Amino acid sequence: MTSTVRREGTQAGVRRPAPRPGLRDRLSRWDVKASPYLYVAPFFVVFGIVGLFPLLYTAYVSLFHWDAGDDNPDFIGLDNFKELFADAQFWHSLENTVSIFLLSSVPQLIIAVLLAALLSTRLRGATGWRVGILLPYAASLVALGIIFANLFGPKYGLVNGLLQTIGLSPVDWQANRFASHVAIAIMVNWRWTGYNALIVLAAMQAIPKELHEAALIDGAGTVRRFRHVTLPLLKPTLIFVTITSTIGGLQIFTEPKLFDAMPGSNNGGSTHQFQTVTLYLYQTAFENFDLGYASAIAWVLFLIIVLIAGLNYLLTGRIARTPKRRGA
Amino acid sequence: MTTLTTRVSRLGKPRKATYWVLAVFVLGSLFPFYWSFLVASRDNGMLTERVPPLLPGGNFFANAARVFDTVPFWKALANSVIVSGTVTLTTVLFSSLAGFAFAKLRFRGRNALFVFIVVTLAVPTQLGIIPLFIAMSKLGWAGGLQAVIVPNLVTAFGVFWMRQYTVDAVPYELIEAARVDGCSMIRIFWNVCLPAVRPAAAILAMFTFMMSWNDFLWPLVVLDVGNPTVQVALEKLQSGYYVDYSLVLAGTTLATIPILIVFLLLGRQIVAGIMQGAVKG
Repeated sequence: MTSTVRREGTQAGVRRPAPRPGLRDRLSRWDVKASPYLYVAPFFVVFGIVGLFPLLYTAYVSLFHWDAGDDNPDFIGLDNFKELFADAQFWHSLENTVSIFLLSSVPQLIIAVLLAALLSTRLRGATGWRVGILLPYAASLVALGIIFANLFGPKYGLVNGLLQTIGLSPVDWQANRFASHVAIAIMVNWRWTGYNALIVLAAMQAIPKELHEAALIDGAGTVRRFRHVTLPLLKPTLIFVTITSTIGGLQIFTEPKLFDAMPGSNNGGSTHQFQTVTLYLYQTAFENFDLGYASAIAWVLFLIIVLIAGLNYLLTGRIARTPKRRGA
Repeated sequence: MTTLTTRVSRLGKPRKATYWVLAVFVLGSLFPFYWSFLVASRDNGMLTERVPPLLPGGNFFANAARVFDTVPFWKALANSVIVSGTVTLTTVLFSSLAGFAFAKLRFRGRNALFVFIVVTLAVPTQLGIIPLFIAMSKLGWAGGLQAVIVPNLVTAFGVFWMRQYTVDAVPYELIEAARVDGCSMIRIFWNVCLPAVRPAAAILAMFTFMMSWNDFLWPLVVLDVGNPTVQVALEKLQSGYYVDYSLVLAGTTLATIPILIVFLLLGRQIVAGIMQGAVKG
């Protein structure tokens, strides 16, 4: 392949019959040289504007007392960060975020792997099942948030209705801190489990059939084959889905915003019981208009995400070990 | 006790229980959609009943009409179509161009630039909303649709995706032949590369459209109440001291039906796309 690449780049011009050093030729040479940069440029321009610049500028803004619309913000150094570390509401929102993230990611990934195992059998109507499982992925988060807020409504919600029908006492899904986290996690899981199952399924299907046959002949049952053949070979994919769900999970915003009994509020419940960090960030920036403080929150959240994603990487690597070699 | 050969030949054959579990999952996937339609087709009285009715009522169109009276829903729909349409077009075009360059053209810094793009996948752009909002305000774009469109013109995922596909789909011989014939680079892209990568471009288009249609946080931040996208309009429907669920869920149904239809028509390709895009060991 390397040789093809080289030929493509350098020899094509030489091969051309009768190379005249005219304007056309110079133009075409310029075309070959400059075009690649031109083609990749849009991404770098857009990323510069919406990725890199914001990241750096957020760091800059976080050093100011910066109200929205203020043209001469005061430089206050690291005061925003000092204040943030002493801010009980921030820690509270971080706890909520981590709690919701764990309640969603852990069951979600476990169920996704098991679901993928079911889907990887020789099903009749395989595509139909896959489409059905993926359906929630098409739903809008806003619509979902509203629908689930309704289902989990404390007074007339369907979930509490069912609980009462089977003789259990109703749960106040919005007021109770843990219950609200569970409800929001269910919402997240409902949307993403099928999607992750399909990604895992793709990796499962790449596992050679012979490996399973060999393990079966060696006397390994379904469970052992799953643990010692399937799981280890899924490692890269598991790392991938864990990290993407971490990045998404720690930024969770739409679900808690719409879950509020007081719609439109950014409080995350009457005592902030399900306010997440991104929701607090949004409230600080666009309800209290304190852009400097909100920027400090954004940066701390960014660092936390990087940290937890890294931690995930190590953990996932440990859970899905490489297969032990066996004697023949 | 079965023999070893029959056990090997049965490997991967689903049991009956497999179908039952999957059926429960699919029903669970469908249920919230159905529930929202159920409430939307009745009136709020149904929500107070202990055992709710299981069949839709006849009020859906009346409730839907109220949605259009309460928020500028037509405008929201038009805005969403404009935003998602533009974003989809540019994302597919720019991603294919960049994918072509990374997969098939030789230039200094190619590998480093590509690695950089893959790394940017991990940067959560949502956290940049504050400077982005300040920038949009300074440009005078806040409130306008361009503020939603421009940040989404092209994505790292799109470039990555198109590059992976282009590597295998476009033979070097074809490019070289076109060069010998005196084709310019852009014509090679347009006439040789693009036709060959159409399937991947179609999948990217579907993904991008769905993501853009369902985007919420950034449009909520930057758009005005009078000029919303569908998602922002939905949220406004719900904001108020008293939530009229038949109205709100009629809105969610209206906003979901188009994307659900697209999904059911193209579901096979979307599934194939997700399976293809998964990382390989």
